[in-house]
Amino acid sequence: MLYQAWIIPILPLLGAATNAFLGARLGKRFVSLVACGTVGLAFWGSAWVFADLTRLPAGERLAMLPMYQWISAGDFQVNFALQVDPLSAVMLLVVSGVSFLIHVYSTGYMAEDRGYARYFTYLNLFVFSMLLLVTANNFLVLYVGWELVGLCSYLLIGFWYERKAAADAGKKAFIVNRVGDLGFALGVMLIFVTFGSLDYQDVFAGAPQMLAVGSVTATTITLLLFVGATGKSAQIPLYVWLPDAMEGPTPVSALIHAATMVTAGVYMVARTHALFELAPFSLSVVATIGAVTAFYAATIALVQADIKRMLAYSTISQLGYMFLAVGVGAYAAGIFHLTTHAFFKALLFLGAGSVMHALGGETNMLKMGGLRLKLPVTYWAFVVGALAISGFPGLSGFFSKDAILWQAFASPRGGIALWAMGLATGALTAFYALRAVFLTFHGESRLTWEAERHVHEPPSSMALPLGLLAALAALGGYLGLPHILGGSDALGSFLAPVFLDQANTALETQAPGNELGLMGLAVLAAFLGMGLAWYFYLARPEAPGALARRLGGLYALLANKYYVDEIYGGLVVQPLVALAHFLGEGFEIAVIDGVVNGVGRTVAASGAWLRRLQTGFVRNYALSIFLGAVIVLGYFLFR
Amino acid sequence: MVPVSYYLILSGILFTIGTVGILVRRNALVIFMSIEVMLNAVNLTFLAAGRYLNSLDGQVIVLLVLTVAAAEVAVGLALIVAIFRSRGTTDVDEVNLLKW
Amino acid sequence: MELALFLSVGAIAILGAVGVVTLRNAVHSALSLITNMVALAVLFLMLNAQFVAIVQIIVYAGAVMVLFLFVIMLLGEKAQESRERLPGQRVFAIALGALLLAEIIYVAQPNLLPGLPGKATTDMVAQGGNVQLVGRLLLSDYVFPFELTSVLLLVAIVGAVVLAKRKL
Repeated sequence: MLYQAWIIPILPLLGAATNAFLGARLGKRFVSLVACGTVGLAFWGSAWVFADLTRLPAGERLAMLPMYQWISAGDFQVNFALQVDPLSAVMLLVVSGVSFLIHVYSTGYMAEDRGYARYFTYLNLFVFSMLLLVTANNFLVLYVGWELVGLCSYLLIGFWYERKAAADAGKKAFIVNRVGDLGFALGVMLIFVTFGSLDYQDVFAGAPQMLAVGSVTATTITLLLFVGATGKSAQIPLYVWLPDAMEGPTPVSALIHAATMVTAGVYMVARTHALFELAPFSLSVVATIGAVTAFYAATIALVQADIKRMLAYSTISQLGYMFLAVGVGAYAAGIFHLTTHAFFKALLFLGAGSVMHALGGETNMLKMGGLRLKLPVTYWAFVVGALAISGFPGLSGFFSKDAILWQAFASPRGGIALWAMGLATGALTAFYALRAVFLTFHGESRLTWEAERHVHEPPSSMALPLGLLAALAALGGYLGLPHILGGSDALGSFLAPVFLDQANTALETQAPGNELGLMGLAVLAAFLGMGLAWYFYLARPEAPGALARRLGGLYALLANKYYVDEIYGGLVVQPLVALAHFLGEGFEIAVIDGVVNGVGRTVAASGAWLRRLQTGFVRNYALSIFLGAVIVLGYFLFR
Repeated sequence: MVPVSYYLILSGILFTIGTVGILVRRNALVIFMSIEVMLNAVNLTFLAAGRYLNSLDGQVIVLLVLTVAAAEVAVGLALIVAIFRSRGTTDVDEVNLLKW
Repeated sequence: MELALFLSVGAIAILGAVGVVTLRNAVHSALSLITNMVALAVLFLMLNAQFVAIVQIIVYAGAVMVLFLFVIMLLGEKAQESRERLPGQRVFAIALGALLLAEIIYVAQPNLLPGLPGKATTDMVAQGGNVQLVGRLLLSDYVFPFELTSVLLLVAIVGAVVLAKRKL
C-alpha cells in the first residue's frame, strides 16, 4: 500500500467529482454514501499506509511516489510527486479520520439543506486538498494543496451565499489568506532561486551546505513561509478571518478548525524545519508570535457570548500553542498537539453544532442554559471536549499541552517568558472552556418558550461521531505519554526519524524533577481557571456582570476583540476603498477613458483610410497572401 | 536516372500553375481543382526527395496528404453545394458578404 | 530513355494543369485534371512509389474526380464566368507566379536537399516490396498520424453531411 498511497488523495477527489456531476440527480442517500465512503476508504488507506510504515525500520520510513513530470521549462523541472513518511502518515490519519467523522456527522446535520450535493462536493474537495498538501513531495505540489485548501474554505464558509454575512466571511477568509499565500509563494520562489529545485529532498539536504546558520537568505525564506503559515493557520496578524469563518455550516467550522486548513501552517513549518533550523531568528519569531497569539486569542475568548465565536478564538489560541512548540524546536510536540487538538476541537464544534441543531440555530450562550438534562449525549461529549482542552489531567489536551510547555521551558530556544505565557493561556483556556459548559448546559434555562419545545437530541448519525470523538479526545493523549509518567511517547518516537537531525539534546540534561514540577504548575493553572469559571458562572451568576462593569474598559476591549477588525478597516480597507474611488471616478474617466477613446478614434480614422484595401473579394485577399508568401520565401533565399 | 532537380522544377511549375489558377478563376469548383493541382505538385516533391534520399517516409506522408485531400474535397464540395443552394451561384466574387 | 519518358510525361502533366486553369467549361477542367493526375501517377511509378501511384489513380483520379464531376453536373452551372471585376488581378497574379517559379527553380538544387540518405535503396525496396515496406512504416513509426487520419475522415464525413443536408 505504501507505494500506492497516491490513491488516498485521489479517492475524495473522485467523490467530489461524482457528487458534483451526478449528486443533484441521484439523491441524498447516494451523495452521502459517496462522500462518506470515499473519505472512509481514504482513512482506511491511511491506516494501511501507517501500518506499513511501522513495519519498516525507523530509518527507512520514507516512500517516494513520483507521478509524472509536471512542468519542464529549461532549468525549471517539477514533478508531480507525492511522498509518505511518518509526518505525512500521522497527518493523513488525523485529516482523513477526523474528516470522516465530520462527514458522517454532516449527513445528519445537513439533511434538510437544499445544497446537499454541493456541500459534500466541497467537503470532499477540501479533504482532497488537505491530503494532497500533506503528501506533497515538493513545494509546488504543496502550494497547489495550499491554494486548494484556501479555495475550499472560501466555498464552504460562503456556503450559504444568500446570506450577506456568509458571503462576506467567505471573501474575507479568501482575501486574508491571499495575503499570506503571497508570502508563501514568494518564499517558494526564493527557494527555487536559491536551491535550483523545489523537491523536498534536494532543498532539505542541500540547505545546511548552501546556507549558513542565521544567513539572510535562510531567514528571509523562512519568514516568508511563515507569513503563509500565519494566513492559513490564523496567527497574528492574519487571524481575522477565522472567527468569521463560523458563518459556514458548523461541521465546516469543525473541519476547518480541527482537521484541515488551519493545521496546514503548523504542518508546513514542521515539514520545512530543516530550513527553520538554519534561521534562529525566524524560529524565535515563530515562537513569539505563537505564544502571543495563544494568550491574546484566549483573552478574547473569555468574553464571547457566541459559542462558535468562542470556539474560533480558542482555535486561534491553540494554534498559537502549536507554533510555540515548533518555534522552540519541539516539532513532534507541535504535531502531537495538532492531533489531540483535532480530536477535541472537532468534538467541541460538533457538540456546539448539536446544541444549535437542537435550538434551531441559536448560537448565543446567554440564551441557553440548563440543557444538561435535555441533551445528555451532547452534554457529556461537550464536557469531555472542554476538559480535554482545559488540560484536565489524564485527558488528551493535558499531555500535548504539557509536552509543549515543558519544551518551551527547557529547550535552549525557549525560555521562562514563553513558558509563562503558555501557562497563563492554559488557565484562560480552562476558564473559557468551562464557562461555555456552564453557560450552555448548567444553571437556569434562558431559552424562549418556542425553543424549549423544539429541543431534541441529535440523530444517531450525529451522536455516533460525537461519541467516537469523545473517546479520542479522552484517550488520544496516550499516543504521546511522556517518559516521565512511565509512557513511551509513541508518537514522538514514530516522528523522530523526520526530525532526527535536530534532536533536542538539551532536554536530556534537565532534572526530571523540573518536568514534574512544571506539570504540577500547569495542572494548578488549569484548576484555577476551572474554579474561577465555576465561581463566576455557577456559584455567583451575578458576579460576571458586576466584574464587567467594574472593568468596563477592559471588558469592552475584549468583547470587541481589541478592535482589530476596526483597526484593519481603518488602516487597510478604508485607504484601499478611497484609492479605488479615486481610481474609479477620477483616474478612470480622465486618463483611462481618454486613452481608450483616443485609441478608438485613431483606429477609426486609420480604418477609414485602410478600408480601401478591403475589396471584399476573396481572390484579392488570396493574392495578398500569395504576395506575402513570395516575399517571405525570397527573404529566406536571398538574405 | 533523371536528376532530382528536374522533378523539383516540374513540381514548382505545377504548383505555380495551380496558384495562378486560384487567383484568376472565379468558379469555386475550378478554384478547388487548382488546389488539387497544388497538392499533387507537393506530393511529387515529397516522392522525389524521398527517392533521392532513399527514404520511404516521403511516400507515407504522401498517403497522409491524400487522405487529407479526400477529406478536404468532401467538406469543400459540401460547402460549395451549400453556398450554391443559398446564393444560386458558385462564383466566388458573388460571395462577398460575411453574412447572408 | 528514362529522361525522354520523364520529359514527355512531365509535359502532359503541365498541359493538364494549364488546362484546369484555362478551360472555360468546368467539366473540361475536371477532365484535364484527370489527365494531369494520371501523368503524375506515371511519374510516381518512376520514383519507385508503386503503391502511391496506384492509390493516386484509384482514389484521386477515380473517386475524388467522380465526386467533382458529380457536383459540377448537380449544380449545372452555365459555362461562362462573370466579367473580371478586379483590374490588375490577373496580371499581378501571373507576375507573382513567375516570381515564385523563379524562386523555386533557384532553390531546386540537389545540394539544397539536406539529410542523410536512408536505407530504402532501390534494391532493398525491390526485395522487400514497396507496399509491404510502406505498410510497415505506416503501422509502426507513423501509427499515430495514421490513427489521427481516421478521426479526420470521420469528422469530414460528419461535416460533409451536416453542410450538404437541407434540413437537420
